[in-house]
Amino acid sequence: MTGHEWLDEEAGPIVRPFTLTGGRTASGHPSGLDLMTLVVRTSEPVYGSLLLSPEHEAILRLAHSPLTVAEVAAELDLAVGVVKVLLGDLLADRHITMRRPAPVAQFPHPRIIEEVIHGLQAL
Amino acid sequence: MDSRPSEAELAVKILVAGGFGAGKTTLVGSVSEMRPLRTEEQLTERSVGVDELTGVEQKRTTTVAMDFGRITLRTGLVLYLFGTPGQDRFWFMWDELSEGALGAVVLVDTRRLADCFASIDYFERRGLPFIIAVNTFEGGKNHTPDDIRVALDLDPDIPVINCDARSRESTRQVLITLMGHVMTAMARR
Repeated sequence: MTGHEWLDEEAGPIVRPFTLTGGRTASGHPSGLDLMTLVVRTSEPVYGSLLLSPEHEAILRLAHSPLTVAEVAAELDLAVGVVKVLLGDLLADRHITMRRPAPVAQFPHPRIIEEVIHGLQAL
Repeated sequence: MDSRPSEAELAVKILVAGGFGAGKTTLVGSVSEMRPLRTEEQLTERSVGVDELTGVEQKRTTTVAMDFGRITLRTGLVLYLFGTPGQDRFWFMWDELSEGALGAVVLVDTRRLADCFASIDYFERRGLPFIIAVNTFEGGKNHTPDDIRVALDLDPDIPVINCDARSRESTRQVLITLMGHVMTAMARR
């Protein structure tokens, strides 16, 4: 133990990742987002109460076409938990919509698997 | 079908498991555009479960890095590879990771065979189809797939193949083998 309540001896500072969310580790919007949830920007103008941070803006720029929560996190180099909070904010004001879970995972159809195999063979 | 958006709609999730240093990062990187994915998890002291009601358990958060790769197979069909964290203390993350996964590759280093036992146990219990890919390290002994099968006490229908995690072609073959196994496993259900 380091003896410091904010430090994890192997992982370093534990609070820093959530500075971007104002210290919130959960969004007010109960979203049920997971790593494979697809998010996409909505096209309508939004008149919500949310003041967009640069990170919110960055997510909206990325989400012009559907992408997964994992991709948003990897692309912006932000921790997944942080991204989920930010996405929750955006969902609450309908800046983005989500779809979950990804259909293949839920209802795998043999034809899809065949397509995956063909796709891999063509790589 | 009109409600289907055209892009990135079909996402296939595959896990790459195996002991620390078995070559997971190399394998994911050889076939996909890979980026590290950071997640932060609450580490709960193991003793907490017994007196959860007291509400005084110590929880700490730690950052875990995973490998994350993406392969676009065609417009609208994307394969995602998630390298599972190798260290035992991150086992609690596996439930979220394996949620919605189609199958898993268990990467084996024959010099440290026991490192993959836990992954195999986990996938067997979850009923998630998996294959064994033996990463052929230089200087390592060459074991036949049958030797490995016996050593790991595997069901006869689980594919065991040799691979070179550094090679794109070899990794591609691993993924194709896994998909074939997933299809067989699904047909049997």
